Amino acid sequence: MTQVNRLAGGLIDRSRTISFRFDDKWMKGHPGDTLASALLANGVRLMGRSFKYHRPRGPLSAGSEEPNAIVELRDGARREPNTRATTAELFDGLTAQSQNRWPSLAFDALAINDRLSNFFAAGFYYKTFMWPAAFWEKLYEPIIRRAAGLGSLSLQADPDSYDKGYLHCDLLIIGAGPAGLAAALTAGESGLNVILADEDSLPGGRLNAETFGLGQQSGSDWAAEATERLAALPNVRLMTRTTVLGAFDHGIYGALERVSDHLPVPPEGKPRQILWRIYSRRAILAAGATERPIVFENNDRPGIMLAGSLRAYANRWAATPAPEIAVFTNNDDGHRTAQDLKAKGVTVAAVIDTRPDAPKGNGYEVIAGGTVTNTSGRLGLTKIEVTDARGTRRTIRCGALGVSGGWNPNVSLTCHQRGRPTWDADIHAFVPGGTLPEGMVVVGAANGRFSNHTALTSGADAAAQIATELGHSATRPDLPQAEDTPLALTPFWHVKGAKRAWVDQQNDVTAKDVKLAHQENFVSVEHLKRYTTLGMATDQGKTSNTAGLAIMAEVAGKSIPEVGTTMFRPPYTPTAIGAFAGRARGKDFRPTRKTLSHFWAEEQGAVFVEVGMWLRAQWFPRAGETHWRQSVDREVLQTRRSVGICDVTTLGKIDVQGADAAAFLNKIYCNAFAKLPVGRVRYGLMLREDGIAMDDGTAARLAEDHFVVTTTTANAVTVYRHMEFVRQCLCPDMDVQLISTTEAWAQYSVAGPNARKLLQKVVDPEFDISNEGFPYMACGEITVCGGLPARLFRISFSGELAYEIAVPTRYGDAMIRRLMEAGREFDVVAYGTEALGVMRIEKGHAAGNELNGTTTALNLGMGKIVSANKDSIGAVLSRREGLNAPDALRLVGLRPVDRSKPVPAGAHLMTRGSPVDAAHDQGYVTSACYSPNLGHSIALAFLKSGDTRMGEILRLVSPLTGVEHDVEVVSAHFVDPEGERLRA
Amino acid sequence: MHDLIAISPLGATRPRIDSHGPVTLTEVTDRALASVAARLGHEAQANALVASLIGAQAPGPARMGGETLMAFWMGPDQWMLDAPIDSHEDLAERIKAEAKGSASVTDQTGAWCRFDLSGDGLADVFERLTNANTRAFTGGEAQRAAVEHMGCFLLCHSPRHISVIGPRSSAGSLHHALLTAIRSAH
Repeated sequence: MTQVNRLAGGLIDRSRTISFRFDDKWMKGHPGDTLASALLANGVRLMGRSFKYHRPRGPLSAGSEEPNAIVELRDGARREPNTRATTAELFDGLTAQSQNRWPSLAFDALAINDRLSNFFAAGFYYKTFMWPAAFWEKLYEPIIRRAAGLGSLSLQADPDSYDKGYLHCDLLIIGAGPAGLAAALTAGESGLNVILADEDSLPGGRLNAETFGLGQQSGSDWAAEATERLAALPNVRLMTRTTVLGAFDHGIYGALERVSDHLPVPPEGKPRQILWRIYSRRAILAAGATERPIVFENNDRPGIMLAGSLRAYANRWAATPAPEIAVFTNNDDGHRTAQDLKAKGVTVAAVIDTRPDAPKGNGYEVIAGGTVTNTSGRLGLTKIEVTDARGTRRTIRCGALGVSGGWNPNVSLTCHQRGRPTWDADIHAFVPGGTLPEGMVVVGAANGRFSNHTALTSGADAAAQIATELGHSATRPDLPQAEDTPLALTPFWHVKGAKRAWVDQQNDVTAKDVKLAHQENFVSVEHLKRYTTLGMATDQGKTSNTAGLAIMAEVAGKSIPEVGTTMFRPPYTPTAIGAFAGRARGKDFRPTRKTLSHFWAEEQGAVFVEVGMWLRAQWFPRAGETHWRQSVDREVLQTRRSVGICDVTTLGKIDVQGADAAAFLNKIYCNAFAKLPVGRVRYGLMLREDGIAMDDGTAARLAEDHFVVTTTTANAVTVYRHMEFVRQCLCPDMDVQLISTTEAWAQYSVAGPNARKLLQKVVDPEFDISNEGFPYMACGEITVCGGLPARLFRISFSGELAYEIAVPTRYGDAMIRRLMEAGREFDVVAYGTEALGVMRIEKGHAAGNELNGTTTALNLGMGKIVSANKDSIGAVLSRREGLNAPDALRLVGLRPVDRSKPVPAGAHLMTRGSPVDAAHDQGYVTSACYSPNLGHSIALAFLKSGDTRMGEILRLVSPLTGVEHDVEVVSAHFVDPEGERLRA
Repeated sequence: MHDLIAISPLGATRPRIDSHGPVTLTEVTDRALASVAARLGHEAQANALVASLIGAQAPGPARMGGETLMAFWMGPDQWMLDAPIDSHEDLAERIKAEAKGSASVTDQTGAWCRFDLSGDGLADVFERLTNANTRAFTGGEAQRAAVEHMGCFLLCHSPRHISVIGPRSSAGSLHHALLTAIRSAH
């Protein structure tokens, strides 16, 4: 296929010809083309099917406001549905497919919907698919979803990457048309740090689409020269292909830069897009205006487009949809389309101007006071029916019709913080009004001032004013002479009597639908929007909203400003979810934390588990072990029999210093700390303000004014934040300083009867760690391996004789290797978090499962440690009556009556013979495991009045997993209830 | 003298160096760190202590100062001291002795990893990582910054040399984030 509709001139690079494919056909275009312009140049007007009725559609516009020409761009995993052909830059080898059609674009079986349109009026699915109710989800919805819609996903992972970034500037200028360029030149030459962002690849805005001159130059030449001047300024960042998509608080804007969308594949390591957060001191909105169509019968055929877009295709892209065109307008701007296309050699069949006093044609017929009352052409426009001022109808042959109903300022970004636009009766359009986002000024066409002269001067004036306000001496550039023609427009929204006349072409909303909404009392503009879906498609109604409002105003007997507008929200144009995710996907969703034994554990083949962001060894499988339980049982048994080592670096460690350190701990822990001697460790329980247990751990007193607090792994950050809050806000008069040392120390638990013997091989001999010299709950600063400073704590989570030894992190790897080597003679075993869990359940120690945000010290069996002799956070509210009911939950142990049965966590406890329901619930299992020491399953549970029910047989039920058998209530301390081992 | 061998945050015995385009990314392991926080009512003494240690005024918010021994601001009357580890492995102990109760001193050497970026176009890298305005850095800045959810400090020695100090346990993730951003920007 040749480029039959390619015109002369334009801003495309004719020195290169590139190939692209649309559906099955390969065609030629040039760099600088969009997919839409290249298709039009190749004589293709039909580019898609409509959402609901499957009507044939071609491009309505030449920009990001496009509702119709949306395609699936690229192949395979890179296939991107719903891409606007009007903004997709052409590259060699580009492939695109039409969407929402079957079997082909030209013959679409579902076009039958168009013939059944009476059944598909607005809100049809609310009324039609009511019975039987069960059919909705299983039958109706799938059918509707299959029949209606847009493109389809590739269902493969996106192979490209996306960045997120942050920019700072004095002035953000949104839009690089004449107003934006004039503002940027002024601000840049005045020394401001400027970001100039435009969604287009080529700065200039409408200057590239028009034939107006600026001074002695063409508009596009002036734009190119201005761009060169800006590029030479180091304080100006010109960002093309960048859409500012949202205005947020405090001068922050979101912008999407399409770094590689115009390339077949992003270069190695480079992102496809970058989502920028721009921190600006001031902003100038120079986003221009969008042309609006007139609504008339069958106004959606391929070839019918906005008059300004027809002009843009001809002037910038040297393409026309057809060799013979007509124009339908209510303003002088439409006549420029006729003049420009005629100058390019396109036949202008007629200009139909709704105004009786329309200007005369310059070599073409003008039908003053006329309207277009119908169109024909199955897959593309062939004729229009025109009714003149006298009511006479005639048919005019043309392959394209440019329609202009005036221009709407792009006010979207002015409304993102709930500013409402106001109606300007002079231009018959909404203009920025109300409260603008802080620091924003609107200039040029975005402010409803449509001449190039006002665009240039208002841009320069605003920038000069801002430069002065920000303390710079404003330098105004020489601006060229430019046209300053006032807008000549007589409002005309829709041709009366039209039945199948499209208002919102992307969502297939007709004028009739708007009237139906009114008839059914959906008269509020927000209801109109939701009932008809007007403006709710991916184009957000950029070309349809005003016409919809005008029709509603007419049937409601109101003015357009009385009807009002719906709210504009970010993003301004559709934005890929991938851009919001940035690099945070897959394993990079969040950082990973590794302990210092990680590299060693990997060598041992450890299985890791994520705990918070930490990777912890869960167990260490050995050859021949085929099930995780075999590894865990071995690790538990060997630790209790001889000695085991576990990495406990992940426990939070907070350094607490200051003269009031002890008083501070007395405040945050519910149990007493003031009198803890130096060189000793104490278990501590922290309560929330409401008396519920928050976290537990230990505090070791290294000096009178120096403690080290440990927290659970998961709560390390929460506890540190809580302690900082208490320090800074509740107790600012205390002399206490906090800093996290979690990562400064690699810490290992050495547990089991041979723990001391093993440690004596690494602890330097001058330190006495005998039971007498270093008893249970002792702590101290020592040296190991010939002088390395270390800390030793005699604490036990497993219930065994146990120590925790901490060394500076960088030696953590060497330390685990040394400990394992020293323990070889004791058959030392490394154990993971599973064995750790088994041993703490055997010992009856509470952990995260028990400290679950609903339990109190009383529930945990530690009611007595909440000191009544001091004030601590949560102590008062822990005494609330409701938390101290006689039948309060108490922590107990459970064992199955039939020892072969499991005791699953989450199961509930019922009294024998009672109904199994919530009203008779006696409690629930929090932690459960198989105890290799006891040879059967055991569990910890919260049971009503559990402390008085030892020996009672209860029914364990789990309706979800089908468990129901008897368990016996026992002490939570399954192993060494007297604590003899840990004191040995 | 003990015989244990230290490993770098990335898990090797030698620091890692990566180069891409104009930027070199170097893992730095030869620095000792200690936090110094003034005791209540001893703020002036703590400021003087830091000043005497680094031979310059104690740095204010978002600043750093000093040379061989340098300090950067971490919070009100709170600094991180930074010194060569070969000569100052016991940095915290030495400062504690000099503080004489005017400040709480905590060894932080092992708590952090450090990566230095050197070369041209560093702001192009950092604008993909943090909201810190590194393009405005001239030298002497020390700014807290979140990098891919990791709490870090950025120390600007010069616009061509910026250090990132981040949590040691996440050194692998931080290195990956930095290298990815370098490759993206250059």
